[in-house]
Amino acid sequence: MYAMNQNVPSEESVQQKITNQLAGGKHNRGQILRQLFFSTLYLSAFTFGGGYVIVTLLKKKFVDDLHWIDEDEMLDLVAIAQSSPGAIAVNGAIVVGYKLAGIPGVLVSVLGAILPPFIIITAISFFYNAFKSNFIVQAVLTGMKAGVSAVIISVVFDMASGIVKSKDMINLLIMVIVFIANYFLGVNVIWCILGAAAVGAIRTAIRFHGGAAS
Amino acid sequence: MSVYVELFLAFLQIGAFSFGGGYAAMPLIQEQVVGKYGWLSLSDFTDLVTISQMTPGPIAVNAATFVGENIAGIPGAVIATLGCILPSCIFVTVLAHFYLKYQKMAMLQGILGSLRPAVVAMIFSAGLLILVPALFRSGAVSFLAGNFHIRMAVWFAVALFLLMKLKWDPILVMVLTGAMELVAQTWIRFC
Repeated sequence: MYAMNQNVPSEESVQQKITNQLAGGKHNRGQILRQLFFSTLYLSAFTFGGGYVIVTLLKKKFVDDLHWIDEDEMLDLVAIAQSSPGAIAVNGAIVVGYKLAGIPGVLVSVLGAILPPFIIITAISFFYNAFKSNFIVQAVLTGMKAGVSAVIISVVFDMASGIVKSKDMINLLIMVIVFIANYFLGVNVIWCILGAAAVGAIRTAIRFHGGAAS
Repeated sequence: MSVYVELFLAFLQIGAFSFGGGYAAMPLIQEQVVGKYGWLSLSDFTDLVTISQMTPGPIAVNAATFVGENIAGIPGAVIATLGCILPSCIFVTVLAHFYLKYQKMAMLQGILGSLRPAVVAMIFSAGLLILVPALFRSGAVSFLAGNFHIRMAVWFAVALFLLMKLKWDPILVMVLTGAMELVAQTWIRFC
């Protein structure tokens, strides 16, 4: 707490200094890395609601507040973060880190992004194993199984209704086939992903080809 | 194979094949952690998903820390987490380096378009694996006396109504179902 209070008043002036240096083309690596680390650490520790929210907040921080990345470029970076495998929050930290400070930037911002969940889950895992058999903990967790099932089913319903509404027959077919393959036939998740990706690649290739021909 | 190598490889696959964010990693985590290696029981896995909902941080990173910790302590947690984020670091950095504004990005988006319905289907499938044992004691869908858990079905229906009709916050809904079950079990036990 003491250290945080010490840093708060000076943060504004440090940011201003970095902004000036960037504007003048003089990058101070140490300050950029520090800013990257604390931004991703803070966002990762206090953002509930998943990766998409974090990416929006990263944009707000680095585009709107600090003006280190311009808006159009950020849109492309966000597209890269969302198109890549892995957690969107981590991917968002990677693109911003790479853009501002190369590989050291990636390392620093990823560290900032994963440190909070790492610490929180380490603590919870200790308590979980110690209190799993406790009557109160067990009753609450049992009830929550119904709650989390409902959360997942409602998320699936929202996502699936988007696909149904798009009236894209091939996508609809992919959804049904993958469900049957995975749930009833036990086909490996990775095969399902590779299969769907192959269909997507073929469709896109045909669209490009058709576009070039016409 | 050393348990560290297994942890690293399992979470490397989870990191490399979860496209689309949010729950996309859940089916992969379930397959590796519950199915292939048996590191967590289905019940523990469900608790992990619940905990992930209620804390900040991506589910894959949470799972890596939680499973690694349980299997091989802090070093296990570090190795599993590294495995989980390594594919992202490589893939995203390479993409950002080449900064694809043109066709390749469109190709990637096209592939992603077809992955989305597959991911929805797999999340549904993983969700059913959590839902069915919560509602049916034997873990199989059958309405025989004693198998169907009526109280859990009521909590589930209430939660679904609050989420979908009244648009309640998911964390609040889960806390509520936890509290209702606690009250019910306390009532049965002490009254």
